[in-house]
Amino acid sequence: MNGKRPWWKTAIGIVLTAAMLFPVYWMINVSLTPATQMRKSPPAWFPVNATFEGYQAVLSQQLPFLATSLVVGLGTVVLTVALAAPAAYSLAKLRPRGRGALNFILLIAQMIPGIIMAMGFYAIYLNLGILNTIPGLILADSTIAVPFGVLIFTAFMSGIPNELMQAAKIDGAGSWRTFRSVVMPVSRNSIVTVSLFAFLWAWSDFIFASTLDSGGSSKPITLGIYAYIGNNNQEWNSIMATAVVASIPAAVLLVLAQRYVAAGVTAGAVKD
Amino acid sequence: MAVTQAAGTRSVRGTGGAARSASPGRGSRPRRRRSGQWAAWAFLAPVVIYMVAFYAYPLYRNLELSLKDYTVRAFVEGNAPFVWFDNYVKVFQNPTFGPALLHTALFTVISIVFQFGLGMALAVFFFQNFRLSATLRALFLVPWLLPLIVSASTWSWMLNSESGVVNSVLEAFGVGQVNWLTSPQWALTSVIIANIWIGIPFNLVILYSGLQNISGDIYEAAALDGANGWQKFWRVTFPLLRPVSAITILLGLVYTLKVFDIIWIMTRGGPANSSTTFATWSYQLGFGSVLPDFSPAAAVGNLLIILALIFGLIYIRTQRKQDLT
Repeated sequence: MNGKRPWWKTAIGIVLTAAMLFPVYWMINVSLTPATQMRKSPPAWFPVNATFEGYQAVLSQQLPFLATSLVVGLGTVVLTVALAAPAAYSLAKLRPRGRGALNFILLIAQMIPGIIMAMGFYAIYLNLGILNTIPGLILADSTIAVPFGVLIFTAFMSGIPNELMQAAKIDGAGSWRTFRSVVMPVSRNSIVTVSLFAFLWAWSDFIFASTLDSGGSSKPITLGIYAYIGNNNQEWNSIMATAVVASIPAAVLLVLAQRYVAAGVTAGAVKD
Repeated sequence: MAVTQAAGTRSVRGTGGAARSASPGRGSRPRRRRSGQWAAWAFLAPVVIYMVAFYAYPLYRNLELSLKDYTVRAFVEGNAPFVWFDNYVKVFQNPTFGPALLHTALFTVISIVFQFGLGMALAVFFFQNFRLSATLRALFLVPWLLPLIVSASTWSWMLNSESGVVNSVLEAFGVGQVNWLTSPQWALTSVIIANIWIGIPFNLVILYSGLQNISGDIYEAAALDGANGWQKFWRVTFPLLRPVSAITILLGLVYTLKVFDIIWIMTRGGPANSSTTFATWSYQLGFGSVLPDFSPAAAVGNLLIILALIFGLIYIRTQRKQDLT
């Protein structure tokens, strides 16, 4: 802020970040450790005898699971944004009667634990015969993200200056046009944010996967890892290698989206 | 398109928009307000339908499960007998009930305190815009991105009694072997530590975005008035961040109450139920054993909803008060 930008703050920042990321480093380290040295005490702090046998196991066994997770994640993003963004625009700017009640329901909906939804979905899916299907899993996963998405969009969109909406109105735009041509472009960063979280939650989902999709052929990667932990308890390099691979798309996504989140949506709108 | 018409503005492409918008006089206001309501609800309709189909209905099915005596066979045949609150009584009388309640409370409160405190400190620290701050902050988010199964299995291995790195470090300081995951007195602590680690980035993200939404002008004004960094935090940042803080803590409560994955993967609620919460207990009953007990599982789940509701009402009251002041 004051232009001095002292280095000691950077040093503290690096130390804090290193401490925070130690488990991630450790995951990578273990993924490269040969099975024979897994039980060594004390453990090797650096992967001096690095092996890729764990990653070979991933390539040969886990690719279909990764593909399923990608499809489920993308499906959940589309569904979540399509449902949440219009609703949030209405709640933030159109002041519908009963919005208090709806906000209340959304808050409550967020609080419903996944295990309860899973049990309800299980009963329904069993009757409908859509257990172990990808669309079924997408629908279930979207319930994690939709209420959150509406709340986040509402918070962002409430920050859009009313002058902007009034300007659109003066130019003759209706609600839909205002939403599409003014609100959505201005909310670009919040769309990225919501999409990011929706994807991550769907990608990481374990509870819906393990209850609704554990029997079929199209299992997501979380179940792939879980089966690994159960089956070959000693091959921790394979487990950690799968974990590393399962983390990559999520990490890439955040690194790319970080820019959008940082841009600051409303500040830009006011300055324009 | 129907929405555009319902909104009462005739045509987007019409000429002289400014002139036209000036025309609606006082007389047309009630009509416009009503059509505004139509537009507002048209935007809401998809979510409302969705909520009924994919929230209300599963919840209804869950309630039904808890009030009937479902076995796997009854599930398929659909003839489970109605037993009123028998399942709930059984759950209350179960020796697991007390410990599960205590563990749920400890897990939630301790996790939130540390996640929020550390998240706030880090958000303010990273907001200072030093060299590399943006990069480091981005890196800080990595734990949050990791699928819970990844974090949970990594922590499991780190906390392994014989071969874990944590015990290896403790040994170097002369501390004997701690059975983090396999002894009843440490299992809950272990899953709480892992959960705090997972939750810090979330708090950091939300609080940091709250900081960003505070207009730079306010800080400039405060600086012109001679405020130092400390005063800026307590007089500007903290009060303006209160709504965001409330949301952060509420969401933290929501997500922590229902944490299931970490505990299940790290300890399966054990050993001897020492890290069982309502969430893992419910799963254990419904899906965790060879013979599923869906009805008591649903009953436990519904108790968890009631707990969540209590927090929800506290939050909403807090928010109302904030709006009034």
